[in-house]
Amino acid sequence: MQHSRLHPGPLPGRPSPGAPARPGHAHADHAHTQRGHCAALARRPRLLFNAPMRNTDQPGAAPSSFTAAAPSEESAEALLLAVGRRQDRAAFASLFAQFAPRLKAYLRRLGSDAGAAEELAQEVMLLVWRRAETFDPAQASAATWIFTIARNKRIDALRREQRPEIDLDDPALVPDPVEDAESALSAAQASGRLRDALGGLPPEQAVLLRMAYFEDKPHSTIATETGIPLGTVKSRLRLAMDRLRKSLRDAG
Amino acid sequence: MSTLTLPHGILSMPPHPSAPPAHHPGEPLLLDYAGGALGEGASLAIATHLALCPACRHTVREMEAAGGALLEELEPEPLEPGGLERLLARLDEAPAEPPRRLPPSIQTGAPFLPPFLPEPLRGRLARLWRGGPGEGDLSGLPWRRSMPGLAYVNIPTNGGARTRLLRLQGGSALPEHTHHGIELALVLRGGFSDEFHQFLPGDIGVGDDAVTHRPVADPEGCLCLSVADGEIRMTGSIGRFLNRFIRV
Ligand SMILES: [Zn+2]
Repeated sequence: MQHSRLHPGPLPGRPSPGAPARPGHAHADHAHTQRGHCAALARRPRLLFNAPMRNTDQPGAAPSSFTAAAPSEESAEALLLAVGRRQDRAAFASLFAQFAPRLKAYLRRLGSDAGAAEELAQEVMLLVWRRAETFDPAQASAATWIFTIARNKRIDALRREQRPEIDLDDPALVPDPVEDAESALSAAQASGRLRDALGGLPPEQAVLLRMAYFEDKPHSTIATETGIPLGTVKSRLRLAMDRLRKSLRDAG
Repeated sequence: MSTLTLPHGILSMPPHPSAPPAHHPGEPLLLDYAGGALGEGASLAIATHLALCPACRHTVREMEAAGGALLEELEPEPLEPGGLERLLARLDEAPAEPPRRLPPSIQTGAPFLPPFLPEPLRGRLARLWRGGPGEGDLSGLPWRRSMPGLAYVNIPTNGGARTRLLRLQGGSALPEHTHHGIELALVLRGGFSDEFHQFLPGDIGVGDDAVTHRPVADPEGCLCLSVADGEIRMTGSIGRFLNRFIRV
């Protein structure tokens, strides 16, 4: 049986017979997205990014620091905070300039045509605006937070499903152990290190890693389509992830 | 309605497993989940394991951070003119709502489900609830019987996977079976064992057709989420469980 996930074009499949109706999902799943299954990822302190951000607008910070359009030194995290706290449209415009073209590229790589990718990138940026209040730079970088929103929105819209996500406010969720704060990196530091580590990956690992994120294919399908044995796909991806993780964990 | 019951008390044990899970999905499935490539049924099992497993949650957060870094370094695709203006106009039409911070039992409207069931499984089961004599005992779900000692609830998921909540009476052994693809078994209450391992609440067993063995429910019975997905293959995994649980 062919599965719709292998064909990420617009609405290839049909909903399961017993699946709840999701009318207007492509544009208007507001009620469901407000349930916060994506935003919930960014509510509680996490293991990875515990240190305070450099650019958080603490009381006493210059109030004008976020009003100029797209100063290049302004971090995406600071822009997102300005949107969340003050509904700062200039900051949002800067975020749009930085992320919307990349979201469009992400969605096109995943199989949307140009028009659908443009439309979906708009929907993702609308969710960024609506949920900016829940962004916490101690938990994720802006790019990571936006990535999770885009990933989930794409799945919700194209596969007619609600991506299963944890809820960090769930009393049944087993909480994180107490973290050693000294080992935590700021989200911005972590982003920089991850980008450096990505740049240093051997090409055969980097290619497979991008396929894992940008081609909507589980390991097994990547193996089938590239002709690379599944064991090799898995070991290369593991090496790549180990290298990225090491960049987050090692000091200096 | 099924007359199969789990022994008294199994559903009212403390909400959290006493020890962290010992059996995890493994990095390939976590990466497929973090990247968004996993089907809905398998994603439901992985995400519900994440609710019970801080270690795998941490791994997924790192994988999502890698996704963020990859997004940042993508070559930007030029936008159509006027996109920002169109979006700015929509911001006025749809003012942001405050994020919800309600307990999941209220969010899902399912206070009748036992408290130990984590999201996202909880919300999926809440949609299937059709009322019943008791609260907190799962009796209001549409249980079906397939063989002595086994009852199940079908959970609709997209993509062709078969997703079921299974309830096994203590000591039930399951017949052997061959299958194509992978099977995931997430223990929610009680447990099961095979020749090699014991699986307790929070543990997830990942099986394929490489190994054959016979899982048996522990004496107190077993409540688990099982997913069979024919599209995903594993190598070197520990054996298959679910088809014997569900294709009988
Ligand atoms: Zn785990």
